[in-house]
Amino acid sequence: MYRIILPRGGTSVGVIIALISLLVFGHFRYENFLSFYNVTSFLRYNSMFALVSLGMCFVIMTGGIDLSVGSVAALGSVASALASPYGASAGLAAGLVAGLLAGVVSGLLVTQARLLPFIATLTTMLAASGCALLLAGNQSVAVSYQSGFTEIGQGDVGPVPMPCLIAAGAYLIGSFVLNFTAFGRTILAVGGGEDAARLMGLRPDTVKFAAYVCSGGLAGLVGVILASQFGAGQPIEGVGWELIAIASVVVGGTLLTGGAGSVMATLVGVLLLGTLLNALNFENGLGWISLSAYWQSVVRGLFLLAVVLIQSGIKRS
Amino acid sequence: MDASLSIRGGEVHALMGQNGAGKSTLIKALTGYIQKDAGEVTFLGQPFEVASPHEAQQRGISTIYQEINLVPLRSVTENICLGRKFERFGVLDWRSMHSEARKLLGQFNLDIDVRRPLGEFSTATQQLTAIARAIGFSARLVVMDEPTSSLDDREVARLFGVIRKLKADGVSIIFVSHKLDEVYEICDRVTIMRDGQTIRSDDLTKIGKLDLVSSMLGRAFTDERSNTTAFVGRDHSKVGENLFTASNLAAARSVQDVTFDIRRGEIIGFAGLLGAGRTETARIVFGAQPAVSGDMSLLGARHSPRNPADAVAAGLGFCTEDRKLEGIIPDMSVADNITLAALPRISRNGVLDEARQRKIVDRFIAQLGIKCSSPAQKIKELSGGNQQKVLLARWLALEPKLLILDEPTRGIDIGAKVEIQRLIKQLADEGLSILMISSELDELVEGADRVFVLREGICVDHMEFNEIKRERIMSAMAHGEPLRVETGP
Amino acid sequence: MSQIDNRPALGKRVGHDFRLDAIARGNGAILALIVILAFNAVFTQHFLSLQTLNVNLTQVCTIVIVAIGMNFVIATGGIDLSVGSLMAISGVLAPLIFLGKFVHLQPAYVAVAVAIGCSIACAGVLGLFNGWLVSRFKIQPIVATLVLFISGRGIAQILTDGNLQTFHVPEFQWIGLGKIVGIPIQVVIMLVLIAFASWVIRRTTFGRNLLAVGGNEKAATLSGLPVKRIKLIAYMASGLCAGFAGLVVIAINSASDANLVGLGMELDAIAAVAVGGTALSGGEARIFGTLVGALIIQLIRYTLLANGVPDAAALVVKAAIIAFAVWGQQTRGRR
Repeated sequence: MYRIILPRGGTSVGVIIALISLLVFGHFRYENFLSFYNVTSFLRYNSMFALVSLGMCFVIMTGGIDLSVGSVAALGSVASALASPYGASAGLAAGLVAGLLAGVVSGLLVTQARLLPFIATLTTMLAASGCALLLAGNQSVAVSYQSGFTEIGQGDVGPVPMPCLIAAGAYLIGSFVLNFTAFGRTILAVGGGEDAARLMGLRPDTVKFAAYVCSGGLAGLVGVILASQFGAGQPIEGVGWELIAIASVVVGGTLLTGGAGSVMATLVGVLLLGTLLNALNFENGLGWISLSAYWQSVVRGLFLLAVVLIQSGIKRS
Repeated sequence: MDASLSIRGGEVHALMGQNGAGKSTLIKALTGYIQKDAGEVTFLGQPFEVASPHEAQQRGISTIYQEINLVPLRSVTENICLGRKFERFGVLDWRSMHSEARKLLGQFNLDIDVRRPLGEFSTATQQLTAIARAIGFSARLVVMDEPTSSLDDREVARLFGVIRKLKADGVSIIFVSHKLDEVYEICDRVTIMRDGQTIRSDDLTKIGKLDLVSSMLGRAFTDERSNTTAFVGRDHSKVGENLFTASNLAAARSVQDVTFDIRRGEIIGFAGLLGAGRTETARIVFGAQPAVSGDMSLLGARHSPRNPADAVAAGLGFCTEDRKLEGIIPDMSVADNITLAALPRISRNGVLDEARQRKIVDRFIAQLGIKCSSPAQKIKELSGGNQQKVLLARWLALEPKLLILDEPTRGIDIGAKVEIQRLIKQLADEGLSILMISSELDELVEGADRVFVLREGICVDHMEFNEIKRERIMSAMAHGEPLRVETGP
Repeated sequence: MSQIDNRPALGKRVGHDFRLDAIARGNGAILALIVILAFNAVFTQHFLSLQTLNVNLTQVCTIVIVAIGMNFVIATGGIDLSVGSLMAISGVLAPLIFLGKFVHLQPAYVAVAVAIGCSIACAGVLGLFNGWLVSRFKIQPIVATLVLFISGRGIAQILTDGNLQTFHVPEFQWIGLGKIVGIPIQVVIMLVLIAFASWVIRRTTFGRNLLAVGGNEKAATLSGLPVKRIKLIAYMASGLCAGFAGLVVIAINSASDANLVGLGMELDAIAAVAVGGTALSGGEARIFGTLVGALIIQLIRYTLLANGVPDAAALVVKAAIIAFAVWGQQTRGRR
């Protein structure tokens, strides 16, 4: 079972060490850094990024990319908010279905129309964003507080925030699928060499399609959590989430060219980037420096650059 | 293409032929990679029709292509076991997968960590992994497409050990190779292909090396000149002073020790079987591939191009053997393809002088007899021979000192062939030095002023014009020994 | 040796077919444009007015300018995802300079000139950085330009702390609001850029080299072309175009918002190139086609909006058209 829990992949050891040292550093430097409140609210919020990153991780491992996750999440949040009066499960189902449908569109564009993944998913992004605005009538949609729908995003199980549990479950399942099913290994084989995989008798199109659907479904699920956590379906939320997800996946050591990667290392990547930015907020609070939230994307870009350069060096040596 | 091949149980069967003889096509048709137009395949007494290589593999015929059939990023185990059922209730059973991989590799006395990515291991290990995968499907016939091309001697020995073991287990093997020594060492029988036909099939004990080479080249080893090329009548004495010297060139495995020189207005021929290092040597001279050691000089000055641009600036030109992949820019016009390398010369401050371009293009279209509807026609619409002429024009427009021609007449029709040969002769008569790599013996025998024979990356023979004989070239290709033993590694 | 008489008479039929093919391809987009124009002339109120023309041309300008640079990159067989972010950077940098946030420059036109020069140059340098990653490290263009796609907008936001910069500087806004004989200045600039880019592609050594690199990189290398330098210049050109487009956008709006300038521009520009008939696989550049492509995308949006279709639905339609056009391009490439 160690395969499911332990992050694997080329850079994962470094990333884990970085995460732990950052936590230790933060604990000694900032008051309340590891306080119950900070940790739970951190996890509640970052669970959403963890979920989109999981889907992104699968897509990237096939050698593709999914730029639509942000607006699909927005679409999911609108759909679930609209369905929330009919009960928590109706809201959940609506968000999921919306996300899955978007994933189907991306998957078809990539595997049937043979569009380059980034173009296919950029158009899905546009379309999902348009659909979200249409459904929502260009404004945010309040969720029902009577049906228990808000429990999905705001509730706790014991001390653990609900979104965190959902994400943990998704990662365990994702890791299991990747490591212990033929489907998971096929994803990696296809990303590592589509022609070779075909010669091995594997079906590249099927797993690619499934990866995009999976990514869409997870983004839809994130939409549900988003609507439930903030009490409204938000058609213009999610801008730039794809970049957060890509950066986390890559920092976790998954090759952007596909073929190698780890689900759990992606989680560590999400946590590392999230913690870094959280620590940045605390540092700002100390008053020595003042780095705005806008540094986040620069930090992500720098991480991406570093990893890509390292990977290109490894590839050539 | 019209070929027949019969393989007996438990034999190692060599499939040999020049480049383009049809070996790959035959193999691909056999294993379902491409569909055959006609004919039938019988395997173990049953008709054998497959739609894909995977199906062929499941039914007992496995092919080990040179590179593409494995995923280097994935573990050895996955490369061996993916595509087979190793699941219990949908869950992969890693333990039995690993042990299967270890068991299969263990047959070859290969004890490696099968969990590591395949790409971390040597090419030899990767080859063995591919073979292990093939046997894992209980293959009865394994096709190996040039399995030794990137292996060193020790690795080859190990591979041969595996092949002998397979043979002892009753597995048949089709062994595609250009290396004569290896074929004689490991194979029982040989089938020779030429121009899409199977020419001859026989026990290797009954066919000598020289005989084999001459069958592949389609030439009897008589010493008479057949006068089939347009080189006839070349005055071989009319060469000038030294232009270019290369000594002890070496690069990776393909080129180990090559020494030659070229004089002004001389046609130098490079002979050798495929993989003998001719093209690689030419690419080193042209800066398209780095040399590990050795010296080159051009007109007395040191010649060490870092890239083709350096070589072009020094006055070299290079017509590649692979016109389609490395020569033409398919969607560009004939005119633009002709002037591609000469652009800086026909432009002022980076702006094209269209009148000059037009003049050059018209001149070469006329001079070389390039048949196109207009200079604006896309080059991909031209025949192979005309494309080759365009590429020649590309270099001639630069007025080079030394022109390297890699298989200048391959894959073009007989009429264009004669025209190109005549052109090469005329260029040399006008004082251009030419390094010609050719697998057509007649071209070398009749056209070259001197011939260097390469064998497994080493220059094994060198003949002046009056010494150039078909038999001597073929015997050097077949079993020539290094010319200067003391410079060997 | 000279075999002039062996030359075939210029094959009339072959040449003719070849022409027809080219015209049909180029005209697919033009035909679509005519259909849309005709539709609008009949069904859309006030369509045939100078104002409508100006509105559409003004809006299409930035897309076309970015798409010209994108076309250079696509011609090499690459792609540039960072254009939107580069627009944002140049779009916030210029006001910072001419509003005197760094140094106070006088008189105003000097400040404006410095601002324009610096911000475009900055975008050009960042484009050069993209090209460096692609040519030096052989990183896939999508991945290499993803770095600035991710962080570029962040840099712009940091520069202004995410705040909106509003200004009223006629000397600067001339590039977005000025007119020459009734034609908006940026339209003139766009036309000049189109003419210049077409000239570069057709008449210069660089243009030929660009198409050769995209058409067959190995052959270009073996012909001694400076492949790395060509790629560097292409990506730099894309950066410069994006930088300039960023300035036009803020000049029109009299305001610069790091969060919005150039958002989604990468897709618009790629789509304009693809709809205009340039193969995304490289080796081709149809600058005029790119203009037509951008006009089509713009006019479809305008048509939908003018006929009461909500903005959001127009997005969906646009997505479908882009997917369809790119799909069409790719099937052509495979033939």
